[in-house]
Amino acid sequence: MEFLTNWLAFMPVFAAPLVLAALGLIINERAGILNLGAEGIMLCGALIGIISYIELGESSALGFIFGSLAGVILGFVFGFLVVVLRTNQVVTGITFVILGSGLTGLMGIPWVNKAVSGITPIYIPHLTDIPIIGRFLFGQDILVYVTIIFVVFVWLFLYRTRTGLELRAVGENPQAADANGINVEAYRLLAATIGGAFIGLSGAYLALAMAKIFVLDMTQGRGWIAIALVIFARWMPWRAIIGGALFGGIEALIPRLKATGVPIPQYYLEMAPYLATLAVLIYAALRLRSGQDAPKALGIPYVREDRK
Amino acid sequence: MRKALEFQGVHKSFGQNSALVDAFFSAHWGEVHALLGENGAGKSTLMNIASGLYAPDKGLVKISDKPVIIDGPQAANDFGVGMIHQHFKLVENMTVLENIVLAHGQGGWRKSLQRVRKQISDISNEIGFDIDPDAQVNTLSVSEQQRTEIIKVLIGGAKILILDEPTAVLTDEESTGLLDQLQIFAEQGKCIILITHKLREVFSHANRVTVMRGGKTIDSGQSPKNLTPEKLSKLMVGEPTEISRISYSPPKETVLELNGIFSKRDNGHTALDNFNLKLNAGQVYGLAGVGGNGQTELAEILMGVRSMNSGEFILSGTPLTNPSPSRVRALGLTCVPAERYIYGLAGDLSVMDNCVITHLKSGQFGTFFWTNRRAINKETKQAIIDSEIHGAEPSTRARLLSGGNAQKLVLARELAGSATVLLAHSPTRGLDVRACTAVHEALRKSASNGTAVLLLSEDLDEIFAISDQIGVINNGRLVGEFNSPADRSKIGHLMVSHH
Repeated sequence: MEFLTNWLAFMPVFAAPLVLAALGLIINERAGILNLGAEGIMLCGALIGIISYIELGESSALGFIFGSLAGVILGFVFGFLVVVLRTNQVVTGITFVILGSGLTGLMGIPWVNKAVSGITPIYIPHLTDIPIIGRFLFGQDILVYVTIIFVVFVWLFLYRTRTGLELRAVGENPQAADANGINVEAYRLLAATIGGAFIGLSGAYLALAMAKIFVLDMTQGRGWIAIALVIFARWMPWRAIIGGALFGGIEALIPRLKATGVPIPQYYLEMAPYLATLAVLIYAALRLRSGQDAPKALGIPYVREDRK
Repeated sequence: MRKALEFQGVHKSFGQNSALVDAFFSAHWGEVHALLGENGAGKSTLMNIASGLYAPDKGLVKISDKPVIIDGPQAANDFGVGMIHQHFKLVENMTVLENIVLAHGQGGWRKSLQRVRKQISDISNEIGFDIDPDAQVNTLSVSEQQRTEIIKVLIGGAKILILDEPTAVLTDEESTGLLDQLQIFAEQGKCIILITHKLREVFSHANRVTVMRGGKTIDSGQSPKNLTPEKLSKLMVGEPTEISRISYSPPKETVLELNGIFSKRDNGHTALDNFNLKLNAGQVYGLAGVGGNGQTELAEILMGVRSMNSGEFILSGTPLTNPSPSRVRALGLTCVPAERYIYGLAGDLSVMDNCVITHLKSGQFGTFFWTNRRAINKETKQAIIDSEIHGAEPSTRARLLSGGNAQKLVLARELAGSATVLLAHSPTRGLDVRACTAVHEALRKSASNGTAVLLLSEDLDEIFAISDQIGVINNGRLVGEFNSPADRSKIGHLMVSHH
């Protein structure tokens, strides 16, 4: 019982950064931009988040704001490279992963391994004390709830606004969007930038809420898991929550299983999220026909006078 | 009559290719103006300038006698120019309503949905279209998608309507309906510009005609009444083309037999329903039908890339059950597909690679490990000369060939060696008159060499031009068989009636 309560209570903390990053990627990919650099952008968001927190008077809010600003800048640069200069999206994305790792490794040394108190969970008398689900539902930090609001917001944006419709059209059929008078480049640049904000925020959350410390290469592949999560979610924001809960659940389980002393080598336990990623991708490929849901122009640059 | 849309001295080039050289054009309000020319004549390029997709390198564009600069599709819409492109500019997995909101939404989400929904039903009622605004575009037929495009430009307030080969994808009946509708629009005072390469449409529905050839305007603004088909086609291609009629010759031995083929589409619907076919050596068999009645599935089964659910498939006397592509090729079946850059050619490989790729196994171009580049080069050079593939060197990338020359390359490859059966699936789609003739001649020639040619086509002109025997496929069934010369209206009726 104690085990279950504890596990449920910590699952959202692991799920939230994945969901945030996946949301950012969904915005990107819906506009046709494949940003494989999520891992690197998250790392930068994490470092900037920690630096702002430590240097600006231990304010988590400022940490999150500057973390996502770092994402905005990197997202914009990524967008500028792939949309305006039309560099190869896959290669540019991978470059960003290496850039993020290298940059944080170089600049981050003074702030590495400094534990912070970060953001604390809320406590609502009575509600938080409900057995088993009390802490799960009413004892999370504020950003977990904000993440859920973001999911609703992004869904509303994509499916209930004209801007969202136009953004999706740009990712599905840029030729048609252009012929209808929609500025394809502007939309893609915007999507890369806003998407970057979410990814940066996700990084800041890793540092300030989940680990409460900055360590080199602390994302540990979560950026890549988020990319897989988008496929699992079939580019729908609300399904990202299900995927996030699944992966968050596995990640939350690992330290707790270790603590109980179950005789499984820890390496196998730590492998679990990546095995799950693989399993999810295979499932998506076999059952969900993910190819049919993917934005048709994903990863393909658009040039108006390009003759086919 | 006042001028609606006018071009003066327009130049446009793509890289090193000049698409338009000093082109001029002028259309009036209240007329259907046909813009006639072969593929690559510059018709679409010229009109893409009017729709704001291309910017001219030089030249003047006037609307209602005022010089204008159309610097984007939005600007074109503001000037009242609406273009219905050959490849529809619709987002396939969105609904009709969403697509139109995309183009002409204003104000809030709910309001634009409501307003556009009303506009769709108003315009549909007015012009007798029946379109469900909530239908997903990819569930609509081609003609319904085209209607969606027309409604879209009308809601945008277009007064100059440009249609790029609108009847290429329609049946005879649908075409007539559309062209009649366009005449009504013209009578209401709109300016209708009809890009086409079909002479028949010019004479039946256009008030005036402009002819383009090789990026230049050859003849501008004559009334078709003052022209004859011979004169017009001479203007268009520079030399008269003849359409020969084939008379029926008695069949020789049967080389391909299909008995009671059933096949399902990927979505579970029946594609082929008890389909029977007998193909004889030395004969062109034209299988006519509106697209989507099972032709694609039939072609795929014959090529060995789709499995059938039941039935008999006998090729060169050998009964086959879901053979592999290499097995049917080994038995002498070759194929010229419609989508030449998807199934026929590897665009980024050279002409010589493409020319021999299906013959590598024969051993004449080297052994299992090494290829004999010299032999391949020699073979390719010969093929380029024999098949008159213009603009090709053995090292040219196949993607750079024009549609007609690319198709000649496929034909040269598939007819090399001895084909027992040649499957030609819409082999002239998107080709100009001269390239069509070359392809047709090649098909006839291979038939006279003893190959059985199965021609799947939606173009009745083509079917009638070269077939010895004509079958009609409708809803996955063979619904009629005729020997040439056959009654065109009877076949047309079988193609479109319900079975």
